[in-house]
Amino acid sequence: MAQVFTKSMARNIFYGGSVFFMLLFLVLTFDTTRSLPALDNRDAITPEVARGKLLWEQNDCVGCHTLLGEGAYFAPELGNVYQRFGNSKEAIIGFIKSRPKNGIPGRRSMPQFNFSDEELSAIAEFLIYSSGINAAGWPPNIQG
Amino acid sequence: MQYKSQAVAMPYFIAAIILFVAQILFGLIMGLQYVIGDFLFPEIPFNVARMVHTNTLIVWLLFGFMGAAYYLVPEEAETELFSPWLAKLMFWIFFLAAGATVAGYLLVPYATLAELTGNELFPTMGREFLEQPTITKIGIVIVALAFLFNVGMTVLKGRKTVVNLVLLIGLLGLAVFFLFAFYVPDNLVLDKFFWWWVVHLWVEGVWELILGAILAFVLIKVTGVDREVIEKWLYVIIAMALITGIIGTGHHFFWIGAPEYWQWWGSIFSALEPLPFFMMTVFAFNMVNRRRRNHPNRVATLWALGTAVMAFLGAGVWGFLHTLSPVNYYTHGTQLTAAHGHMAFYGAYVMIVLTIISYAMPLLRGRTAANSNKSQVLEMWSFWLMTIAMVFITLFLTGAGILQVYLQRVSETPQPFLVVQDQIHLFYWLREVAGVVFLIGLICYIASFFVGNKDPEHTLEVSNTTT
Ligand code: HEC
Ligand code: HEM
Ligand code: HEM
Ligand SMILES: [Fe+2]
Repeated sequence: MAQVFTKSMARNIFYGGSVFFMLLFLVLTFDTTRSLPALDNRDAITPEVARGKLLWEQNDCVGCHTLLGEGAYFAPELGNVYQRFGNSKEAIIGFIKSRPKNGIPGRRSMPQFNFSDEELSAIAEFLIYSSGINAAGWPPNIQG
Repeated sequence: MQYKSQAVAMPYFIAAIILFVAQILFGLIMGLQYVIGDFLFPEIPFNVARMVHTNTLIVWLLFGFMGAAYYLVPEEAETELFSPWLAKLMFWIFFLAAGATVAGYLLVPYATLAELTGNELFPTMGREFLEQPTITKIGIVIVALAFLFNVGMTVLKGRKTVVNLVLLIGLLGLAVFFLFAFYVPDNLVLDKFFWWWVVHLWVEGVWELILGAILAFVLIKVTGVDREVIEKWLYVIIAMALITGIIGTGHHFFWIGAPEYWQWWGSIFSALEPLPFFMMTVFAFNMVNRRRRNHPNRVATLWALGTAVMAFLGAGVWGFLHTLSPVNYYTHGTQLTAAHGHMAFYGAYVMIVLTIISYAMPLLRGRTAANSNKSQVLEMWSFWLMTIAMVFITLFLTGAGILQVYLQRVSETPQPFLVVQDQIHLFYWLREVAGVVFLIGLICYIASFFVGNKDPEHTLEVSNTTT
C-alpha cells in the first residue's frame, strides 16, 4: 500500500492544495469586501464613532464584554445593548458614568473610567453604530 | 545534543516555563473573579487579568516554538546554527519586552499604557489577544524576523529535510499573518474580518505546520521509524490542515456582518478540520507501535502521544461541536467557546511545547538520552494531573455553557446575562477546583527538573524489529 502513494505525491497535494485554497480564500475575501457596504452600516461611521471605537480599544472593553459575540464572556454582550436599553443613548451613557469606583460588593463589577461627556457620547455612538450592523439575525434574542 | 549551538534553546525553554506559571496564576485569579465578582477589584480588573493570562500564553508558546526551532533545526540540518549570538540577543530582547509589557498591564490602567506608548499615533491596542502596545508588536516583528533569518540561513547551509522545511514554512506563516495585527480600520466588520487572519490562520493554519513538524521530529527520535514514512505522514497531515483550515476561517464570519454565504463555506470546510487532528492521532500511535527502539525517555513519548490525543479532542471534537452555523448561532461567544479554547490550546500547543522540552531538556543538560527514573516518574505525574485537570476544566465549562445557552438564548423566557451567570456558579467553582489541580500538576512538572539529577539514566536499548 505504501508504495502506491508516494511522498512526492503527498508533497504535491500539500503545495497544490494550499495554494489553491489560499487563492480561493482571497477570491472570497475580495467578494466579501465588495458586498460589505450593504451590510456593515458604514454610512454611520462618523468621526465621533471612530473616536468611540478608539476609546473602546484603549480601555479594553472587549476584555470583559463580547461585541457581536467576540471577546470575553465575563460581562453582557454589547452589540445590541442599545436595543436592550430601549434605544436610549442616555441610558448607555448613564450606565457607564455611574459605575462605583470600588465596584459593587460581591457582584461582577465594571470599572469607573472617568470619561468626559464628549468621550461618553463617542462611546455610545460607537455602540449605536455597532448595533446597526447586519449580523444575520444574531443574537437570538434581546438578552444577547 | 550533537551541535554546540543547540544550547541556545535552553533559555527559551526556561522563559517559556516561567511565563507558563504566570499564565496559570492569572487564570486562577480570573476563575475566582467569576464567582466572587469583586475579587481584587479595582486593583486587578478582570480584563487585565485576562490579558495577562492570554498574552503570557501566546508569548510562552512563541518562546517554546523558537526554542524548538533552535534545538531541532541544527540537528536536522546537520550543521551549527548560523548565528548563536543573534539568538541569544533576541532572547533577551524578547524576554525583557514581554516582562515590561506584563508589568505595564499590571502597574498602570490600560488607557494610561495606551497613552504612554503613543497608541493614538498608530492604534493597534485593545483587541482580544492583540492587546500589546504597538511598540511591543513592532518588537515582536523584529524578533521574529531576526529569528527567521537565523533559522533560515541555517537550513540553507545544511541538509534540507522535510521537517525543517515544514517548520520553516509554518514559522514564516506565523510572522506573515501577524502583520494583520497592525491593520485596525474604523469599520468594525473589516476589523473583525481581518483580526481572524491572525487568530484563526494561526491556530488552525500555520501553527499546525509547526505542531506537525515538532511532533514528527520527536517521533523520528523516540521511535526510530524510517524518516521517509514519517515525512509522508507529515505532508498528508499538513495538507489536510491547510485545505480545510483556510476556508474554515469562515466559521468566524457567520455573525459579524459578513455575507451569509460564509455560513456554507465556513460550516462545510471547518467541519472537515478535525481530519488532520484525527490523522495526527493515528500517526502518533502508529509510529510508536512500529518503533524500532525503546527510547529511554519514556515521558517524552507520553507527551507526544498525549499531544495527538488531546489536540484531537480539544480542537477536533470540541471544535466540531459548535462549528456548524445553526449550532453556532446559539453557542457563539459563550462558555462553550471558552471550553473549546482551553482544551484546544492546551492539547495542541501547550502539549507540543512540553513534548519538545521533555525530549530536549535532558540532552541540553548534558545527559546522553533521558532523565533519571525518579524525574521521569514525577514528570508523568505532572502530565496526568495537568491533562486530567484540563479535561475537567473543559467539562465544567461545557456544562456551564449548555446551561447558559439554554437559559439565556433558547428558553421561552430568556434571562439577562448576569442573572444566568448567577445560576451556574456551581460549575465555575468546580472549574476553579480543577484549576488548582492543574497548578499542582504544574508544580510537579517544575519539581521534576530538580529531582533525581544525580541518579543514573537508562542506556538506549535498540530492540530488534519484527517486520
Ligand atoms: C472589568 C470588566 C469590565 C470592563 C473592562 C468593562 N465592563 Fe462594561 N460591564 C461589566 C460588567 C460586570 C457589567 C454588568 C454590570 C452590572 O450589571 O452590574 C457591565 C455592563 C456594561 C453595560 C451595560 C450592559 C447591560 O446589558 O446591562 C455597558 C453599556 C457597558 N458595560 C459598557 C462598557 C464599556 C463601553 C466599556 C469600556 C469602556 C466597558 N463596559 C468595560 C464589566 C466590564
Ligand atoms: C494551560 C492551560 C490553559 C490554557 C491553554 C488556557 C487558555 C485560555 C485561553 C485561550 C483563553 C481565552 C478563551 C477564549 O477567548 O475563548 C482563556 C481564558 C480564560 N482562562 Fe484559561 N487557560 C489555561 C488554564 C486556565 C486555568 C487553570 C484557569 C483557571 C482555573 C483558567 C481560567 C480562564 C478564564 C476564567 C478565562 C476567561 C474566560 C472569559 O473570557 O470569560 N485558564 N484561557
Ligand atoms: C488547535 C487548534 C485550535 C485552537 C487553539 C482553537 C482555539 C480557539 C479559541 C481560543 C477560540 C475563541 C476565540 C475568541 O476568543 O473569540 C476558538 C473559537 C472557535 N473555534 Fe477553535 N481552535 C482550534 C481548532 C478548531 C477547530 C478544528 C474547529 C472546528 C472543527 C474550531 C472551531 C471553533 C469555532 C466554531 C469557534 C468560534 C466559537 C464562537 O462562535 O464563539 N476550532 N477556537
Ligand atoms: Fe477558527
